Amino acid sequence: MRHTSHPAHAPEGLYTHHIISIGDFDRSAIDRLLDHAVQIGKNKYDKNALDGKILAVLFFEPSTRTRMSFESAMARLGGSSISVSSVEACSMAKGETLADTVRVVSGYADAIVIRHPKEGAARLAAEFATVPVINAGDGAGQHPSQTLLDLYTIRQSMKIDGIDVALVGDLRYGRTAHSLASALSLYGVRLHTVSPPGLELPPGLVNNLTEQGMEIVVHETLEEVVNDLDVLYVTRVQRERFPDPASYFNVASSYRITPELLARAKKHLIVLHPLPRVDEIDPRLDATPHAKYFEQSKNGVPVRMAMLLDVMK
Amino acid sequence: MKHIAAPADTGEEIGEGLLIRRIKNGTVIDHIDAGEALNVVKILGIAGTTLESLSIATNVPSKNKGKKDIVKISNRELLKEEVDRIALISPNATINIIRNFKVCEKEGVEVPTMIVGSVRCPNPGCITRTNEPIKSRFAVLPGGKGLRCLYCDSVISKDITSYII
Repeated sequence: MRHTSHPAHAPEGLYTHHIISIGDFDRSAIDRLLDHAVQIGKNKYDKNALDGKILAVLFFEPSTRTRMSFESAMARLGGSSISVSSVEACSMAKGETLADTVRVVSGYADAIVIRHPKEGAARLAAEFATVPVINAGDGAGQHPSQTLLDLYTIRQSMKIDGIDVALVGDLRYGRTAHSLASALSLYGVRLHTVSPPGLELPPGLVNNLTEQGMEIVVHETLEEVVNDLDVLYVTRVQRERFPDPASYFNVASSYRITPELLARAKKHLIVLHPLPRVDEIDPRLDATPHAKYFEQSKNGVPVRMAMLLDVMK
Repeated sequence: MKHIAAPADTGEEIGEGLLIRRIKNGTVIDHIDAGEALNVVKILGIAGTTLESLSIATNVPSKNKGKKDIVKISNRELLKEEVDRIALISPNATINIIRNFKVCEKEGVEVPTMIVGSVRCPNPGCITRTNEPIKSRFAVLPGGKGLRCLYCDSVISKDITSYII
């Protein structure tokens, strides 16, 4: 199920499909989109499917992977992209509202991909745009395209149903962790969390997940759970969350994933990370079969191609 | 609002005296949860210096609830938005419209499924806390257990009054 809205200033009867939150999808919709992405990943797609279409890429926060993979996805489907790369570079610097910006950009493009520092910004954009909107991350809120490629990467290695997944790192502010946890609740996954004090999953999200029947196990250390895991999902612990560099390094080192830590892990355990990584994963892990984070990043293209086709075809 | 039968007296007799006199025209908000009257007054937009004719009774005896609050305001009938906000903090309140000393309408409040423009999102990072041309929108959680922001998913589960605009 996709989020459908009637734009605030569109003619009556005109409805547009958007991808705003992973919560707007049910399991069958996720599986269908991922199945499509698998076909695309096998090079089975129409290279001119979006010929003549234009994607507006509105990124009001820094991004490398998400932005480039959306642009790459659009190009591979025969379409083209126009972009704004910062608030300073557009009329929002003059005080224009996001609502007006997306109304204007709707006249220039056939779909909008947006990243914005405020939570709910993509939902607002969907209300005012007259073309489909895809959320590429809004503050600490949602990041559905990352979640879909995370699920796609897990599916490449194993069935998602009933597995043990650990989320590690900053689980309070990390939007990728929030979106992924919500999606995994649709697959009967047992969720393990390991995070520094104060950076745990938000209580409201934990309540929602447990009400949906998800089993969540909180751990103090990685060592106590790592050997039971099928997927280890690592997120970056940000320095700015700590009062001083010493506190940061102390915490960051205790959540570092090393080959020694995984010495007795399951053979099929995969390690994922939305990237960029800083100190969370020892580079020596890159050469092991556990490391799937670069594959995960690469998977952003077929998954985002499937998303673009979903909203524009 | 849900309709309730049996119009009632609008004067509140406590012991032998009349605690709040009847009003000629206006609204009596009765059966307010004990202690919430001042928050109801806040919802009505009355603060500081006012020209409104207003009576407030707090923690007076109630047959059904043990204690209740009452607010009477002359020469004013409430907007639906005001009634919806009152329902949030006092779902058992009743609204009595008084015309020429008679109760012309008596209705209970009903907790709406959605609250628009009446509640401020507690999340400072929410898009509704900016200058965008939108009103806040909250879904009322099942059983009235709280409110969920439809933009950022933040949940208000207690002290809703402090977020009412």
